[in-house]
Amino acid sequence: MTGELGTLANIVSNNEGKILPEWLDLLKGSGVLQSGRMKEEELATQCRGFLHALRDGLASGESDSGHESYAAAREILADFSRSRAIQGFSPRETATFVFSLKQPLFNVVNREKGLAPAVVVQTIWTITALLDQFGLHTVEVYQKSRESIISRQQREILELSTPVVKLWKGILALPVIGTLDSERTQIVMENLLQAIVTEGAEIAIIDITGVPTVDTLTAQHLLKTTAAARLMGADCIISGIRPQIAQTMVHLGVELNVISKATLADAFQVALRRTGRAITKLKSAAPDNGKSLDDDRVG
Amino acid sequence: MDRIPILKLGDALLVTVQVDMHDQLATALEEDLTAKIVAHGAKGVLIDISALEIVDSFIGRMLDNIAAVSRILDADTVVVGMRPAVAITLVELGLSLTGVKTALNVERGMALIKTRATPRDDDDDGED
Repeated sequence: MTGELGTLANIVSNNEGKILPEWLDLLKGSGVLQSGRMKEEELATQCRGFLHALRDGLASGESDSGHESYAAAREILADFSRSRAIQGFSPRETATFVFSLKQPLFNVVNREKGLAPAVVVQTIWTITALLDQFGLHTVEVYQKSRESIISRQQREILELSTPVVKLWKGILALPVIGTLDSERTQIVMENLLQAIVTEGAEIAIIDITGVPTVDTLTAQHLLKTTAAARLMGADCIISGIRPQIAQTMVHLGVELNVISKATLADAFQVALRRTGRAITKLKSAAPDNGKSLDDDRVG
Repeated sequence: MDRIPILKLGDALLVTVQVDMHDQLATALEEDLTAKIVAHGAKGVLIDISALEIVDSFIGRMLDNIAAVSRILDADTVVVGMRPAVAITLVELGLSLTGVKTALNVERGMALIKTRATPRDDDDDGED
């Protein structure tokens, strides 16, 4: 076994000049460069780096890709798949990098003179087994990088989508956008309660115009939030329930036992009245812009 | 055994919880408070829990009990200054304290009791 891996290492280092161009041609044939996300020199450098690392690993006589003599090769592949995952290559394109090395290697082993057929078969089998393991490793790292990208984006969306807005002294608004799942409810609730404390708010308006569907679970989450806000001493108003959603809720038998208003404006008006204020029209205002809020005085 | 002090403030009683409540302390408070409401003829009870960082279901139930007892003795209970974490915990425990009135701080709680103590005609200001 060891001897044949040594032979293989020799064959690889002697025939590097043949393997690399053939491998590159295969890769180019598979269309990796077509998308323009990667330059040819870059690909050539990556190929050469991996081939050298593989040769060094083979020279150690180990056939297990997890062995430390292949650490350099694994590291190169890991870097490679991470960068491919970020660049948006598909798993197939990423794995092809490793698998397409098989054919050039088989060819040079085949062309090598003075090897018994049994040895050739055995060598080819060893290469296949080894490269398959490397291929799996590549896909695994690729998958992990994709997962980390997704979880990072999830965190960013969470941070972006839960602002608490101060509408007036003591009146807060919480425009909810997107689906309310348990994790988001938790963050929304914490943000809202914290804002109630810092602003000393009496009324919080939860606007669900941006929530696509309200099912029993979402309703329960909304109720939890209002209950928690009530415990802190603030009243909650829910606004922005769209007509279809209102119908669905009634059909589902979902009951929100809180004050609900059709629009944020209505809810704001109720909130102002509760805190002893009202919106009045200025007498001097032009007749047609009487509706805009900036001209109105809140007293 | 130490007890939580109960202060008389006009028509109302003020309880400020400054230490972590353990069960015995909670039971003692419940008893003391009931006695004081009767003794002073209080119209409102203000429980300030702004220093309370940890609640369990027992404390939650105790607050509910106090509210129920005070209601029987014709006094409103207002819990003030609950921390966000405590509120979330109570909701998750399924204790929404529906019988208890709440306010953000002592000042607002006091105002709430005063409005209730004076004429009782405008009960809940309009859900229209």
